[in-house]
Amino acid sequence: MNSIKFLYAAYIATWLIHSLYIGSLVRRYSRLRQQIKDLGKGK
Amino acid sequence: MRRAFPILAVLTALFLVYAFYQALWVAPTDALQGDVYRIIYYHVPSAWTAFLLFFINFIASMQYLANARPSTALAARWIVIAIGIVGFVAPFIPQVRQELPTGMYPSSVATTTLIITGLYFVIGKYFVDQDLDVLAVTTAEVGVVFCSIVLVTGPIWARPVWGIWWAPGDIRLTSTLVLWLIYVSYLVLRRFSDSAQTQQLAAVLAVFGALDVPLVYFSIWYFRTQHPQPVIGGGGSMDPRMLHVLLISWMAFLCFAFLVCWSRFRLEKLRREAEEAEALESLLEIAAPSSAVKAPIGGGSK
Repeated sequence: MNSIKFLYAAYIATWLIHSLYIGSLVRRYSRLRQQIKDLGKGK
Repeated sequence: MRRAFPILAVLTALFLVYAFYQALWVAPTDALQGDVYRIIYYHVPSAWTAFLLFFINFIASMQYLANARPSTALAARWIVIAIGIVGFVAPFIPQVRQELPTGMYPSSVATTTLIITGLYFVIGKYFVDQDLDVLAVTTAEVGVVFCSIVLVTGPIWARPVWGIWWAPGDIRLTSTLVLWLIYVSYLVLRRFSDSAQTQQLAAVLAVFGALDVPLVYFSIWYFRTQHPQPVIGGGGSMDPRMLHVLLISWMAFLCFAFLVCWSRFRLEKLRREAEEAEALESLLEIAAPSSAVKAPIGGGSK
């Protein structure tokens, strides 16, 4: 059974989903940091 | 605690690499499926992690709703204690034991009930008021990520083994998809609703959504499905070396999920604090000009 490509596909898909989610967390963190900085400037 | 995060992140990364090595090179090849079966080392731990996160979401949501009044909080505590006692004793009653599916031991049911009861009180001790809601949204979001992996890796495994990507009407597959949809709608509700009662509504949705978790888990015990039988208990069997690697993989994914939840929890707390600060600043801006107008009037009367 030539199924090794399915195994690789599943592992790659798993880490792709995790990477996308971690990327979204990093993006949200940096946006929030900017928001906090702007709040500080406002004072 | 914040200093511990990078150290834990490095340790978790090493653990994940070790689990990856075990899954690809150490675990024996399956005689029937060949190497493609190794997908279970990502598929099954992701499913277990998603179930655990949805369960924590359920407990946090229950406590958030129950803590609205001291009387309901007390009643909920006694109900959980009662469920714990019944769940611990009932599996050992012969009539109940007969009803348990093959491979499900009374001791494992009793232990699970004790763990669930303990988890309720542990969460209640360390998370209070808004922290319960933050915990609920955190576990729902990370749970959806793990559930998405289950829904993606499952069909990738099914294609070479079953010959089809998806078995329409299969209760395990359909209930998992419904579970994913429920928690996606939970996150959409939280993201787009401006109502003051969003948190309560989301908590109610989470409580109903969690009812699907046992349906997903036990569907392969009670119904005939295309999906393979449980790998632990339930009449299924697995080579001890494969089981060992599966448990290592699950532990690695649990550590990873813990770190991701930690980050998401902190992000949500910071976001709420920033929102509060912003609201306070707006209030001060509104209040400042009016006091500036009033001051001369007050000063002039003196």
